[in-house]
Amino acid sequence: MISQKHKELAQQMMEFARKNGCSASRIRIDAGTETTFEYRDEQLEKLQQASENRFSIDLFVDDRYGSYSSNRMEKKELEKFIQNAIESTRYLAADDCRTLPNSDLYYKGNDAPDTCFDKTIDNLQPDEKLQLAKATVEEVYKTDPHIISVSAGYSDSSNFNYLIDSNGFEGEKAQTYFGLSASISLKGDGDARPESWWYDASLFWNELQKTGIGKKALERALRKLGQEKIKSGNYTMVVDNMNAANLLSPIISALNGNSLQQKNSFLIDKIGKKIAAEKLTLIDDPHIPQAMGSRWYDYEGVATKKRAVIENGILRTYYIDTYNANKMKVEPTISGASILTFNQGTKDLDGLIGDVKKGILVTGFNGGNSNSSTGDFSFGIEGFLIENGQLVKPVSEMNITGNMLSLWEYLAAVGNDVRTTSSWRTPSLVFEKVAFSGL
Amino acid sequence: MERRDFLKTCGVTVAGAVLLPHLLGSCDSGAKEGVALMLSHFGVTENDLKKIMAAALENGGDYVDLFFEHTFGNSLSLRDGAVNRASSAIDFGMGVRVIVGDQTGYAYVENITMAEMLKAARTASRIASSGQKTTSVNISEKIFPNYYPIVNSWEDVSVKDKAPYVQKLNDRCFALDKRTSKVTVSQSDTTSYILFCNSEGVLCHDYRPMVTLSAFCIMEDNGKIENFHSARSFRKGVEFLTDDVVEVIAREAVEGAARMFTAVKPKGGEMPVVMAAGGSGILLHEAIGHAFEADFNRKNISIFSDLLNKQICDTHINIVDDGTIAGNRGSTNFDDEGTASQKTYIVTNGVLTSYLHDRISAKHYGIASTGNGRRESFRHTPMPRMRCTYMENGNFDEQEIIADVKKGIYAANFTNGQVQIGAGDFTFFVKSGYLIENGKLTQPIKDINIIGNGPKALADISMVGRNLKLDDSTWTCGKDGQGMPVTQGLPSVLVKKLTVGGE
Repeated sequence: MISQKHKELAQQMMEFARKNGCSASRIRIDAGTETTFEYRDEQLEKLQQASENRFSIDLFVDDRYGSYSSNRMEKKELEKFIQNAIESTRYLAADDCRTLPNSDLYYKGNDAPDTCFDKTIDNLQPDEKLQLAKATVEEVYKTDPHIISVSAGYSDSSNFNYLIDSNGFEGEKAQTYFGLSASISLKGDGDARPESWWYDASLFWNELQKTGIGKKALERALRKLGQEKIKSGNYTMVVDNMNAANLLSPIISALNGNSLQQKNSFLIDKIGKKIAAEKLTLIDDPHIPQAMGSRWYDYEGVATKKRAVIENGILRTYYIDTYNANKMKVEPTISGASILTFNQGTKDLDGLIGDVKKGILVTGFNGGNSNSSTGDFSFGIEGFLIENGQLVKPVSEMNITGNMLSLWEYLAAVGNDVRTTSSWRTPSLVFEKVAFSGL
Repeated sequence: MERRDFLKTCGVTVAGAVLLPHLLGSCDSGAKEGVALMLSHFGVTENDLKKIMAAALENGGDYVDLFFEHTFGNSLSLRDGAVNRASSAIDFGMGVRVIVGDQTGYAYVENITMAEMLKAARTASRIASSGQKTTSVNISEKIFPNYYPIVNSWEDVSVKDKAPYVQKLNDRCFALDKRTSKVTVSQSDTTSYILFCNSEGVLCHDYRPMVTLSAFCIMEDNGKIENFHSARSFRKGVEFLTDDVVEVIAREAVEGAARMFTAVKPKGGEMPVVMAAGGSGILLHEAIGHAFEADFNRKNISIFSDLLNKQICDTHINIVDDGTIAGNRGSTNFDDEGTASQKTYIVTNGVLTSYLHDRISAKHYGIASTGNGRRESFRHTPMPRMRCTYMENGNFDEQEIIADVKKGIYAANFTNGQVQIGAGDFTFFVKSGYLIENGKLTQPIKDINIIGNGPKALADISMVGRNLKLDDSTWTCGKDGQGMPVTQGLPSVLVKKLTVGGE
């Protein structure tokens, strides 16, 4: 956890800021430790270990605002740093929308700060971690003539943070993370060396999948052999659960108060309106126990709660923090999404593919972007041609192009196959009438 | 190399500057200069460095280096017409790297005490297991050319000196077009002090300035909203901030946003693409630059792994990766493992003549490093990274190139790109450009992705213009979680066939 010494330092710096002219302040201390082992083919490629700290302070001085941070945790240095920060802030234009949140909105519960922390991490031996990476490589190394190289990485980390502000908020959180990944390069046609990867991640050591990662990566790589682009046209698009979040991301960004207030969003004035197919129900569910993304409060200390983001295609909420709420003269909600969950359908990926007569399964995005003001997007993709419910050949070097609103309007099916390795729990999705460009 | 009198720590008004404990109460370190000053800045002696390196080599190991960094950055932002947010960040620490063959052990600390540094050295040393003791090394200062001399340091100015330029950029964006409805402007500067030494005896230091000024312009026209971003970034001092650069950025942002209203999405498919001079260098960065990075090639996982010394494109094509351009965002005096920067020809007369090497890959291939071993910070290990990647001029006028295309795309502005090193498929996102119809630019186009395959695209470059332009926007290259400042450039070129997104 954050040491008592550092908590006291935070308190002292808050008092120092007050005495030096700050009307309000918010201080955050982060500390963390990380270990990584990377194993490639027949030897350990890299080991890395480190721990770090950071002190961050948001200052409110004469209706002016600045944010400052340092990894130098020494009291005298921080005092000088804060003095300079106050002086810098005073040169700014006033902005009376910069305030701490209304303290009624703060998280005030007594939940333990370490429900996402696995104490096992303190007892894991370096050899055990190294062996895990090595065993992942050995699952598949030299098992197929196409294999050029196999890499696997194990990493774990513990992260702690402590947040206080001059309105009386105090919060603390501890979290562990364990991850195991594999990446495989194959000899393909000509000079091409297609590669693929797989990973698992968990907040708890016992829940980390420790075998099969290498095999899954190899399976994913082998099926890519012989990729080619196919004819341009409108196809049904199935997007697997690893990649569906890429299509959700522009929607979530467009709900952000900052984007809305700056008119840089294609979802302005859409609350209560239909923005997607009825099949889409998206819930922000921050309190799923021991889950990636679970949290009791956001960066301002504002309490999180379960809320519908999109219900049967109808937009229900924006993500608006204190500053943007003040600017927009609306009530704040919360600064951003915690855990996003879909109302799931009844079929897994194979089931969804089975229903498609002619379409493309997207298993990877390659670059591209979405215009934040208009929702117009264009992304590179790779995947598989689907005919009569079967994957018939791997495709690549193609683009999909369209507009976010029309894309989600044509959402045809939602899978039941979410992965919990990410805080956005996206299942596989099916969209009709997507423009693919290839040959 | 210019000696920066950087210890103006008394009475400094820059929030990002920091007083180190061993300097508190002392302002008379002006007597020292060069590496002595830098040793004093980090509170270490040459003897300390030798001790840490010896500890790092306790288990054997071919090589060790120590990388000390003190970076402070300041940024100012304008929103809704007022410069109303300031930020600063200090980052301070050192990393110890031990190499054995292709293997790396790495540890870093933020607290630069002998005890902590020795502990980090012993952690990094665990990569080695031969147990062979290395005899202690002598280190001596190595001086490198300075490709980013500055006139005025960012440490010598405060918010009040910089804010007027930020404000002016906003005001110009509004003055240039009445459809401008929202503008955000940001200015940021960072200054890094680097001290480096290694077991080959190199001891060196660097002072790395960086500045960025950018505007994001939102426009409204008949209920439609469009946006455009423009920026400039250099390794320069305060002299970068001028009315001229403000005007250039304002015009680019406003004209770009205005053009979007009349732009359409083209019909997608394979077609010829003329890459306009400048930011089109993203083609080189994605299509070949990454795949030329020698870590991928020593592992044999790049699509170019078997193509060294082979003809890969037209004999008129020469491509370089250059870290020596004065004030360029991608320039380095030496890379982050003590190797002098250089201008590296990666394609000469159409032949792949060199990969981009760091120390590990250079040793693997038995050649000298090309000075591409860069790291984001002391928290990271170096790997081969690009600097400023560009193609030299060819023989055509841009007009001749456009005239050669019956039906295609002219790609002018870009936001981002990506590549698959092994498969060779690369993409870049075209923010704006034009249709080419019967040899002429016609309808503006916007927001489409272009995808191609590296070796094929390179071989498909059939005409090269004589209008090389470097793009000095805020290009940041991402690889294995490390962000790196780079730039790129291109004369106008014709690529015979790429797949253009569209509906």
